[in-house]
Amino acid sequence: MSTQVAATASVWEGGRSPYAVNSKKLGMWLFIVSDALTFTALLFAYTYSRVSNPDWPKPFDFSPAIIFSTMMSFCLLSSSLTMVMAVHAMNHGRRKAAAGWILGTMACGAAFVALHLTEWIKLIKVEHVTPFSNPWGVPLFGGTFFALTGLHMTHVIIGLIYLGIICQAIVRGKFQAIDVEVSGLYWHFVDLVWMFIFPLVYLMSAKV
Amino acid sequence: MSMHTEEVEQIDGATALTFTKVWIILLALTGVEVFLGYEQFATLIMLTALLGISIVKAALIIAYFMHLKFERLSLFLTLFPMLIFCIILMLIFLGDATRIPHMRPPL
Repeated sequence: MSTQVAATASVWEGGRSPYAVNSKKLGMWLFIVSDALTFTALLFAYTYSRVSNPDWPKPFDFSPAIIFSTMMSFCLLSSSLTMVMAVHAMNHGRRKAAAGWILGTMACGAAFVALHLTEWIKLIKVEHVTPFSNPWGVPLFGGTFFALTGLHMTHVIIGLIYLGIICQAIVRGKFQAIDVEVSGLYWHFVDLVWMFIFPLVYLMSAKV
Repeated sequence: MSMHTEEVEQIDGATALTFTKVWIILLALTGVEVFLGYEQFATLIMLTALLGISIVKAALIIAYFMHLKFERLSLFLTLFPMLIFCIILMLIFLGDATRIPHMRPPL
């Protein structure tokens, strides 16, 4: 009875689904919007620091830093494609294939983290950059660089854990296509953020 | 059978080929960005070009990979105008950043 009433009530009374999406999906979208603002604030803080310091360092050599970060972009973009394929397979009811695509996504994500950590370790050990100091005399460089890329890497690692949970569950016959799609939304968002960090942090600071 | 295919098409919105095309375009745009990074443009022109390409890439990811193109318009209108507006509001601070270097007392 109550569902019937809900179905016939007007849109303004919340009777029909105004967005025609699953509530999990709407929830993830709302989270993504708020997280997008977090990253925007950090990117603006970075831009602010950079513009207000005319002697901002440009420490990234073509090899390995720019090559590494380009490969990292490739990893994330490819992982987005495999994630789309996973959702596609799951929508067709092919759970095994979906799990395989998710594993591919996780492999690309893990490659991203490995390359990024190599990059970080080189900056810390060889170039002696820390969040509070660096040899170029602009301490804000390290602060903004590690905050931005660190928060992004944390998102990638959380995404890997999230996808791992989804992957093992769908193999065991749990979860539906919508759950894979929602995890995909999160993963694509992480990819999307990197599309801004890569040019603004790496390419704008490439040593020419 | 045709009914089934139609249903599946509607769920996915696009085919695997479309997604692969989008992926290739995204990779190509990344290549263009790296190329631009090594051209000797003025900082402002470079920043505008890189940001422009990034926004196009973000739009492609949101529209196709995140499926927003195939959702109802009401979802897009609820989520994005206010997000874009908030992001534009943050530009207010940047004017200060250009003034700060001129306001520093000499060492």
